[in-house]
Amino acid sequence: MTVINSYLRPFALEHALEELAAGSLRIAAGCTDLFPSTEHKQLQGSILDITRIKSLRGISDTDDGIRIGATTTWTDLIKADLPPACRGLQLAAQKVGALQIQNRGTIAGNLCNASPAADGVPPLLTLDAKVELQSKGGTRVVPLHDFIIGPRKTVLAETELITALLIPKSSLTGHSHFLKLGARAYLVISIAMTSARLVVRNGVVVEAALAIGSCGPVATRVPQVEAQMIGKAVDPVVITDDLVATAIDPIADMRANAAYRAISAAELLRRTVLELAMDLEAAT
Amino acid sequence: MTSITLNIAHQTHIVKTHMARRLSEVLRDDLKLKSVKIGCDAGDCGACTVLIDGAQHCACLVPAGQADGRKIETLETSEPQLFARLQDSFLDHGAAQCGICTPGMMMAATELLRAVPSPDQAQVKEALAGVLCRCTGYHKIIAAVMDANSQTTVCPPPKAGHAVGQPIRRLDGQAKVNGTEVFGADFIPDGTLLVRAIRAQHYHADFEFGDLLAWIKMHAGVECVITAADIAGINCYGVIPPFADQPALAEKTTRYRGEPVALVVGDPKALEALGLDDFPISWTPRPHSLTQADGAGPDATLLHDHRQENTLIRGNVVSGAPDSAMVEAAHVVTGQFETSYVEHAYIEPEAGVAWMEADVLCIQACTQAPVMDLEDTAKVLGLPLNKVRIIPSAAGGGFGAKLDVTLQPLLGLAVLKTGMPCSMVFSRSESMQASTKRHPGSMQASIGADAAGKVMAMTFHGDFNTGAYASWGPTVATRVPVHASGPYLTPNYRATSRAVHTNGPTSGAFRGFGVPQAAITQESLYDDLAQKCGIDRLEFRRINALRDGDVTPCGQTLQAVGIIDCLDALKPHWDEFHAEVTAFNTTSLAHKRGIGIASCWYGCGNTGLPNPSTVRFGITPDGQFNLHQGATDIGQGSNTVIAQIAADALGVQVGMINLVGPDTAITPDCGKTSASRQTFITGRAAEASGLALRAAILRLTNLTHADEITLEGGMLCVRQDQNDQKISLKDLPADANGYVLCAEETYDPPTTTLDENGQGTPYAVYGYGAQIAEVEVDMALGTTKVLRMIAAHDVGRAINPQLAEGQIEGGIAQGLGLALMEEYLPGETENLHNYLIPTIGDMPHITSILIEIPDTEGPMGAKGLGEHVLIPTAPAILNGIHHATGARVTKVPALPHRLLAAIKASQT
Repeated sequence: MTVINSYLRPFALEHALEELAAGSLRIAAGCTDLFPSTEHKQLQGSILDITRIKSLRGISDTDDGIRIGATTTWTDLIKADLPPACRGLQLAAQKVGALQIQNRGTIAGNLCNASPAADGVPPLLTLDAKVELQSKGGTRVVPLHDFIIGPRKTVLAETELITALLIPKSSLTGHSHFLKLGARAYLVISIAMTSARLVVRNGVVVEAALAIGSCGPVATRVPQVEAQMIGKAVDPVVITDDLVATAIDPIADMRANAAYRAISAAELLRRTVLELAMDLEAAT
Repeated sequence: MTSITLNIAHQTHIVKTHMARRLSEVLRDDLKLKSVKIGCDAGDCGACTVLIDGAQHCACLVPAGQADGRKIETLETSEPQLFARLQDSFLDHGAAQCGICTPGMMMAATELLRAVPSPDQAQVKEALAGVLCRCTGYHKIIAAVMDANSQTTVCPPPKAGHAVGQPIRRLDGQAKVNGTEVFGADFIPDGTLLVRAIRAQHYHADFEFGDLLAWIKMHAGVECVITAADIAGINCYGVIPPFADQPALAEKTTRYRGEPVALVVGDPKALEALGLDDFPISWTPRPHSLTQADGAGPDATLLHDHRQENTLIRGNVVSGAPDSAMVEAAHVVTGQFETSYVEHAYIEPEAGVAWMEADVLCIQACTQAPVMDLEDTAKVLGLPLNKVRIIPSAAGGGFGAKLDVTLQPLLGLAVLKTGMPCSMVFSRSESMQASTKRHPGSMQASIGADAAGKVMAMTFHGDFNTGAYASWGPTVATRVPVHASGPYLTPNYRATSRAVHTNGPTSGAFRGFGVPQAAITQESLYDDLAQKCGIDRLEFRRINALRDGDVTPCGQTLQAVGIIDCLDALKPHWDEFHAEVTAFNTTSLAHKRGIGIASCWYGCGNTGLPNPSTVRFGITPDGQFNLHQGATDIGQGSNTVIAQIAADALGVQVGMINLVGPDTAITPDCGKTSASRQTFITGRAAEASGLALRAAILRLTNLTHADEITLEGGMLCVRQDQNDQKISLKDLPADANGYVLCAEETYDPPTTTLDENGQGTPYAVYGYGAQIAEVEVDMALGTTKVLRMIAAHDVGRAINPQLAEGQIEGGIAQGLGLALMEEYLPGETENLHNYLIPTIGDMPHITSILIEIPDTEGPMGAKGLGEHVLIPTAPAILNGIHHATGARVTKVPALPHRLLAAIKASQT
């Protein structure tokens, strides 16, 4: 059947939320996932393009931390002046596709697409990011780990829009790093990726946030591993293969088998922490 | 429909379009900016890269609405001065081969060069990382961008008679770098109908149509539906006529995922928008097999009733007494190796347009084999050969898969049924589902040597997954046993092969026809055997390398054998690399480096079968040298190389030659662009026609020799010993082709068919090569980075050294993909983000060494090169991995999980 397409491109957030409340719309921003999902020459269905809503793009400091607007692109993130705790997020942004994708893809789109290999998710998990959702009825804030509930599955309601990601002040401490493993240099969907944020005081880890992506249905924090790091000097050795294997539920696909994912995730996490230790050393 | 405003080249364009339409379509369709190429419609290939407000974007990912009011730059419309420099640099460096990625590369480069006028290599790689190239191996592109703003010295054009050996710019290059090249999808006249195929989404199934007429009535804009019932000719085609088995449209059963069953023809806009999921067809899936083991298994359903055990063909070459010689050998190694389906992944999906001109069906589409297209299309359509004309468009890469007809008969069916011009453009997934692949191979071999390291015997068997239809399966089954020894003297030999049907994609021709797979087996085992013999791996190969006068396993005595020269050229690099790698490994634990070596030989042209080329070279009454160059140039450079040969044979400046392309209505058959045959065979025909035309000129002028031949204002001027002879061309009678002077010469290489033991003369000319690879393996992650490659290839005579280097670099890129990342899984990797080909960041540093051991059979000594270059790469890399890690990878690609498993296995 021929689909009657409509294309809305409001300037005002209120207008967008009203349209969402009125009917079933597909939300479009960078379109780096929407277009690849169709072979048609135009986006299918009724589209709500949110890229003209200025308030949705950009990064700002707030009393509670940092607010990253929904349509902030990877390039925006790379170019932004952010604290060392966000370096992992910026490194992840640099590993998304290549410049063409970084110039278009948005941080909220990455979350809504909810791929197990979404590059933005592990670093955002280590930043305890929260997702701000708005609808005509109001605003709710959902922790990121509750927002993505499975491959391609989120708790976003049909009438809702992600308006921002909120990073709490308490998580903007320390330093972070990110590593991605794939079978080629650029334009690669990861086999595994790891992100780490550590707060070190007097040579001792006081806070550890570690996350692994592409190794299960959703990217996940690994609290068992984090606990091993607290109270010690930064030492990747505590991140054992066994510990990581119990913390994730690796998938097998065309890119790698499950056994490899478990081993490589542990190794990658150790290297992420090692790189982070070197960053810390350089910073002091 | 609404209007958007685009700011292009300081002009405001108001375009009426749907806001959700891809910007790439708006630019191509509405604004006719055809330099914006469509490779994937998914942001994976970057061919449609344009600048929006100065930043690079894939136009296929931009909804038109988001481009409203913004500044858009394409190759046609950006600032002329920077582009002129960039274009010159691309031409000087040979950075464009097929040219399909060139506009995207240049747009990405433009953004970089504005910010950084003299970028370094790393900056170029970052900036161009989003654009894929399948031809060049990226090196020359990087160099062209780095040098775009530097002063270059312009080399004077070569003097008459001295073009061969010169790295001249490609003669067809200008259109590739300025965006005007016409590829399959770039010429679609107004009023053309669109053709879309309904394809099987099961591996094997029976099907029945529902009420097609009712469906047509329900869909405005649909003109007609075409099924096998509409086929007037023989619904059975194939590149090798005795094995023809493939229907243009399946009749009752489909045998692979992606097989077409019907065509829908209609108004382009209306038809493009249709989902086609409601097309009235019902499917009954049947049991299927996807691997050669399953296809040959006792429970497998036969794909073709007359082919027992799903065996299409077997091949063999036997000489000497391999079994007894193996028993007597001091050292024997044995191994089993597996390769995967490999996708050609040219950036241009299959595309074309067809129309009637009087009673002749004209088809303009990308192809590697215009005359074969003509024959198969005429057969399917039931038309006489003279009622079909094939006009090859520029081909955005081919590598073997554009040898088989793809959309040509389908376009013909649509035009015959509607009477209207019709076009068809495959989507990326359609291209990947429907096109042929490299044969997956399951190979086992044993090689025995005496105590001194002389190879005594080799046995080899390979089962190759030939997929649903025959295509080039017979060629692979024949070529592999002929070549499986590698370029080494093997007195006792038995190599057998079998092509097995499965419900996987049809395997066809892919650069090397099975020889790259066999080389992985043989060259890996050579390393093991050298180790057993306690001999350096390069030296072991040198000991066994074929020499002039040696006899091949087919019983052919060889001359002009260049493999020793290639190995010798590599020796100093081998020694240097060894020292460096040893030093590196003493201090590095997490990463280990290794060096690998592998060789190749490859016969140029058809295996023991005729494959002539005919070249016409004429002078027009108004004074033009027209060279009918029928060797389809898919980027490899035949337009340039053949012209260089013809110009030198005639004795004129190559710039004076006017190329006439491989249009079947006006140019004689130069055969297919495959089997590394064009430089050799068409080159020989071109040389002969050049010499014949020169002889005709001398006869006409009554001269014994000519110091100079020129054309000036309709006069043919021939100078001998300071005396000029002038002939007014318009006063001469013209022949049927309109030429006042003309030569037409045919060359067919002297070969013989092979007997039941594979004995005979399969090829007249062989090319040789050897490569070394330096790799670095991450021991904990199993990832491999190829750091450096040195490639020495005996090309007989390098007609154009720059184009030859381009072939080597591009072949290495594909060999690297075969070794490390490329694995086509039907149903899973039907796009360019799940199917990985090397990016600009994956390429090693490459040094090319051209060896010239002239072959008297080749034009001016030249041998073929196009496929040779890919053959040694994968085994050299795998041998490097083995050297670095001690692990032997026996299934390619050596994806990280496979290599890590092999490393762990080797450590226990």
